[in-house]
Amino acid sequence: MNDASLWSIFINASLINNFVLAYFLGICPFLGVSGKIETATKMGAAVTFVMVISAMCAFGINIALAAINAPFLQLISYIVVIASTVQLVEMFIKKVSPALFKALGIFLPLITTNCAVLAVALFQTSKGFGILQSFVYALGAGVGFTLALVLMAGLREQLEFSETISIAKGTALVLLVGGILSLSFMGFAGLGG
Amino acid sequence: MSLISHKKSEKGFFNSIADHPSTDEFIKGVWRENPVFVQVLGMCPSLAVSNSAINALAMGLATAFVLLMSNILISLLRDFIPKQVRIASYILIIATFVTLTDYTIQAISIDLHKSLGAFIALIVVNCIILSRAEAFASKNSVGKSILDALGMGLGFTFALLCIGGLREVLGSGSFFGYEFMPYFFEKWVIMVLPAGGFFTLAFLLLIFNSYKMKNSKA
Repeated sequence: MNDASLWSIFINASLINNFVLAYFLGICPFLGVSGKIETATKMGAAVTFVMVISAMCAFGINIALAAINAPFLQLISYIVVIASTVQLVEMFIKKVSPALFKALGIFLPLITTNCAVLAVALFQTSKGFGILQSFVYALGAGVGFTLALVLMAGLREQLEFSETISIAKGTALVLLVGGILSLSFMGFAGLGG
Repeated sequence: MSLISHKKSEKGFFNSIADHPSTDEFIKGVWRENPVFVQVLGMCPSLAVSNSAINALAMGLATAFVLLMSNILISLLRDFIPKQVRIASYILIIATFVTLTDYTIQAISIDLHKSLGAFIALIVVNCIILSRAEAFASKNSVGKSILDALGMGLGFTFALLCIGGLREVLGSGSFFGYEFMPYFFEKWVIMVLPAGGFFTLAFLLLIFNSYKMKNSKA
């Protein structure tokens, strides 16, 4: 059992060890859906929701797998849970806001293969968090992911109006900006212990 | 001058090989459609575990193995998997092979397993593997899928080695753990930090882009 306080878990997951900028998880949506602040926010919310649900399910799966003594099924069961949660979110968004459904496009089903979601489930297992700690951890990771996505979207909206040399257009430029963001997030190290 | 002519002959060599259809499946993954530099897929592992060359090589080979095995199996089963549940089936096949690889690496070297950490398990969600399954293996014969997987796997390993090698040389002054830099060399600590990963990949992409532009103009 891990006895870290809830507050420090949250700060740790969202700022110090930001999933995108320190662990390089969820880079694909970070590069792909960070064009506009509005879409980025909603994408972040969808991912956070999937993270929290799948982290809770992963907690249950661990207990079940320990009971039947089959730890090698861990990865497969996590993936199945995540895939079904994403399916649920997809149906929900399609019903509630077709416009958002179009804006997110292929990146919505791709949340299944968002490494950040699977990583939350894997990390909380390896860290031995309790159920409340897992919840806070998943929430923190989701907030951190959203934060990185929104920051990047804001920067990219500004970059649209500035001149860039032709070879740096596209992914290379986004990666450079990501590097600078990652540098600035290093400033949070030491916060929250 | 000699360098230029050498380059030209090399290009001619590649082109003449690429004319053959089956070798083309192999070559395209390594160079023309390199998963990291051209398709910009599988970014997460290529940035996260590329702080040293040995980690990059291990990760590249593990991914290539999973890619090869899942491509073979999916290509064999392509007529049996119903279209509606294909993605779920692919993911399950991939997850099985990743679990296999995870336990194998653990058996071979505990140290390596520790330094790669959760990223072995995260091969499941590497977009390269799923995209090859969906875009290639589900439509082509086993032989072609094997060549495709080998090419893509090799291309991915090559890209990872480029990033990992560069980061290790500049960040730790060594290559595959062998220190060769002179004593006055100041290590670029930033290169082994997360930010260094972003910068290195951005730098390599810049080179790749400028090379591509020069070629398309000529």
